[in-house]
Amino acid sequence: MEHNSVMRPLRKLESQGVDVSVVPCSAQGLLDPADVERTIRPDTQLIVLNHASNVTGTLLPVREVGRIARAHRSLFLVDAAQTAGCFPIDVEADFIDLLGFTGHKALLGPMGTGGLYVGPRVPVERLSSLKEGGTGSRSEFELQPEFLPDKYEGGTLNAVGLAGLQAGVRFVLDQGVGRIREHEVQLASQLIAGLRTLERVRVYGPRDAKQQTATLAFNIEGVEASEVGLRLDEEAGIMCRPGLHCAPSAHKTIGTFPDGTVRFALSYFSTPQEVERAVEAVRAITLGGRA
Amino acid sequence: VNGGAFGVMLFHSTNWAIRAERVAVRAGLQVRLIPTPRHLSSDCGTALRFLWEDREALIELLEERDVGFQKATPL
Repeated sequence: MEHNSVMRPLRKLESQGVDVSVVPCSAQGLLDPADVERTIRPDTQLIVLNHASNVTGTLLPVREVGRIARAHRSLFLVDAAQTAGCFPIDVEADFIDLLGFTGHKALLGPMGTGGLYVGPRVPVERLSSLKEGGTGSRSEFELQPEFLPDKYEGGTLNAVGLAGLQAGVRFVLDQGVGRIREHEVQLASQLIAGLRTLERVRVYGPRDAKQQTATLAFNIEGVEASEVGLRLDEEAGIMCRPGLHCAPSAHKTIGTFPDGTVRFALSYFSTPQEVERAVEAVRAITLGGRA
Repeated sequence: VNGGAFGVMLFHSTNWAIRAERVAVRAGLQVRLIPTPRHLSSDCGTALRFLWEDREALIELLEERDVGFQKATPL
């Protein structure tokens, strides 16, 4: 269920001689942690897991896989792009050693911001810098500092963007992740229930708001996802993203490759009225009318 | 949407699609960026919809302004 933001770096490492094993998920995008354990080799150094799919919203069993990683002395890297800000994350309880997050989704920051949490078990002396550059520290030396965070923060930071991210994070903390999650579960339940009443509409993923984020993939039988997306935009002013969502492996898993799906992504700012309107627009398209 | 009246221009990169839109709008052509129709390409990026009658003018314009495109086909 991984995104290209994970798969492309892994495939590049593979081309440089790193062995990569991919653990498949069920057609709902669910991962059996036992399958991960079976795939571990004595020399496995890192297990990478998407916290939630950017296609179907499916939540993956982070804590269970983290426990397995810890038991096998492997580091555990979680891609929290879909969850940071809208689903609770506990790096200690979930055995997370590295946590990558983007600022521009549920943390409500600008595009081009994000971060990587590096936990105490990560051997930073073996984790090379991404790029080298000025750090404002140890200016008398021409070698990149070895201490954190300077080692990984060469070059001028996007301070303006990060200030925006800070404002977003403050808002999220002020509202509370639990409250945000509760709102999104309600909206996702409404959307799932609404779409499932429609004939010719197929909803992918767990179809259970508790097992997913407020992101949802669906198709209308006989209508291309790209056309549904365009018509929702032009006829109803509803924005969605059709296609493969930069996640070809996730679409292969759920059986929608290469045609893709339509994806609705709700947020803390979406309302029940908007969800109702979206369901009505999809219904109109299934009935052959204007959205 | 409007059978036959529209054409779609495909690009390798969204960068080119956006640039083509800007060039075309400035030249007074009626265009719109749309999701690339699945039956035209497996790439799920962005394409430019135009009035089919403007096809030659659009192609000439994009060639003149060095905007790389893949192909123009009926929608």
